[in-house]
Order: sequence, then structure tokens, then C-alpha cells
Amino acid sequence: MRKPLCLLLLFALGALMAFAVSGLPPRGDAKAPSHRLVNPAGAPVAGTYYIRHAYADARTPNMVTVILADYRGFDTLGETLVVFTGSVAVWFILRRRKP
Amino acid sequence: MRSASTSPIIQVAIRGLMPVIQLVGLYVFFHGHYSPGGGFQGGVLLAVSVLLGRLALGMEMSQLVFRTGIAVGLSAVGVLVYAGTGLTALLAGGEFLNYGYLPFPGFDPPGLRNLGILMIEGGVTLGVMMSLIAIYDEIVESHG
Repeated sequence: MRKPLCLLLLFALGALMAFAVSGLPPRGDAKAPSHRLVNPAGAPVAGTYYIRHAYADARTPNMVTVILADYRGFDTLGETLVVFTGSVAVWFILRRRKP
Repeated sequence: MRSASTSPIIQVAIRGLMPVIQLVGLYVFFHGHYSPGGGFQGGVLLAVSVLLGRLALGMEMSQLVFRTGIAVGLSAVGVLVYAGTGLTALLAGGEFLNYGYLPFPGFDPPGLRNLGILMIEGGVTLGVMMSLIAIYDEIVESHG
């Protein structure tokens, strides 16, 4: 009884995802809202700004690095803190088990 | 995992591989400005080179490569390098993590941002590398 239900749920979720992906704009579509200078709501689009200014701002050819470490530096600080906190937590848990 | 491998092939191969992996790790870290790579990946590679030594040479011998006790402290130093870079920019008159305000003479703001990215990537590398080594060492110590 459980297995057919699981399969049905799985295929339903798969169909939902396929439906959602079919609604995405094609790759490299310059007219897609995420690639315009200003989105339909009237706000400037962040990604377009990054692509235009990344090299001039940080003189670093790898745009991903500039976004990760400079524009979104606070986010990466959080990621590093998560790695550090996780390792310290595991370290203390394992330490307590020592004879 | 505590004792060294008895196979001389593994011993010699790992001793040859470790510096190469460390070199690739440093390359991935420093070349993050130009190609895919950066602190997280470079840190994992550097940690893996030490862990390979732990596996092949045994816990006692590989202490000469890297001592067990200092890993957790150095991972905290990595996070502090990151936060300290941000605080330096804050104290020098800019916003937190705005590398354009870092107080190093002889650089224009884009050059300072380039340098700031390198500094925080160094912090990330140190943090990730030491975290992985600390976890592995504690697992080996607690399960023998």
C-alpha cells in the first residue's frame, strides 16, 4: 500500500517540477525579466548591474568570485561561520565521548 | 586508521602525492580570481593532502606534517581573518566588508577590492581546511 502511494507522490512532484521548468525563459534570452536593466516592477536588476560593473569595481575577471566575496561578502562570512560552528560542534560532541 | 599502512607502495605514493595535492590546492585558492575555484575548494584540497598523510603514514608519523591540537584554533583564526578584514574596512571609514576602504597605500579602490577578496578567501581557506582536519582527528581519537 505504501509503495504505490510513494511512487504516485514522486511522479506527481516530478510532473509539477517539469511544469514549472517549462515556464522558465530560455537560456540567454535578453528579454527575460532577470536579464533586463529594470524589471517589470520598476526596480533595477541586480544581476545586470553585476555583469556590467564586476570587472571595473574589483578588477577581477571571475565574476562569480566578485559576487561571492565582494557584493555578497556578508553572506559568505555567514557561510564560513556555519562551517566553523559545525566543525566546533562536532569537535565538542566527539570529545565528550572520550574515555 | 591510527597505525601506518604496511604497504611500501602506499607509503611512497602518498609521500609523492601530498605535495602535488597541496600545490593544486594553493593553485585553486590563488586562481579563484581568474577561474572556477576559491577558498572553499582550495581549503578542502589542502585538508585532503593532510588527511591522506594521516591515512597512509599513521597518526604518530603524520604529526610531523601537521599537529593535531592546533586545528580548531586555526580554523577560528580563519574566520577571524575574514571578519577582521571587514572590521578593518569599517574602522578605516567605509562600511563593513567594503574592501575599497582598506588602509593599504599604493592601491586604487579596484585594486584594494582585488586584495580584499584575496584576504577573505585566505580566511575561508584556513577555516575550511582546519575544520576538516579537526573533525577527522577527533573521530580517530575517539574511536581509536
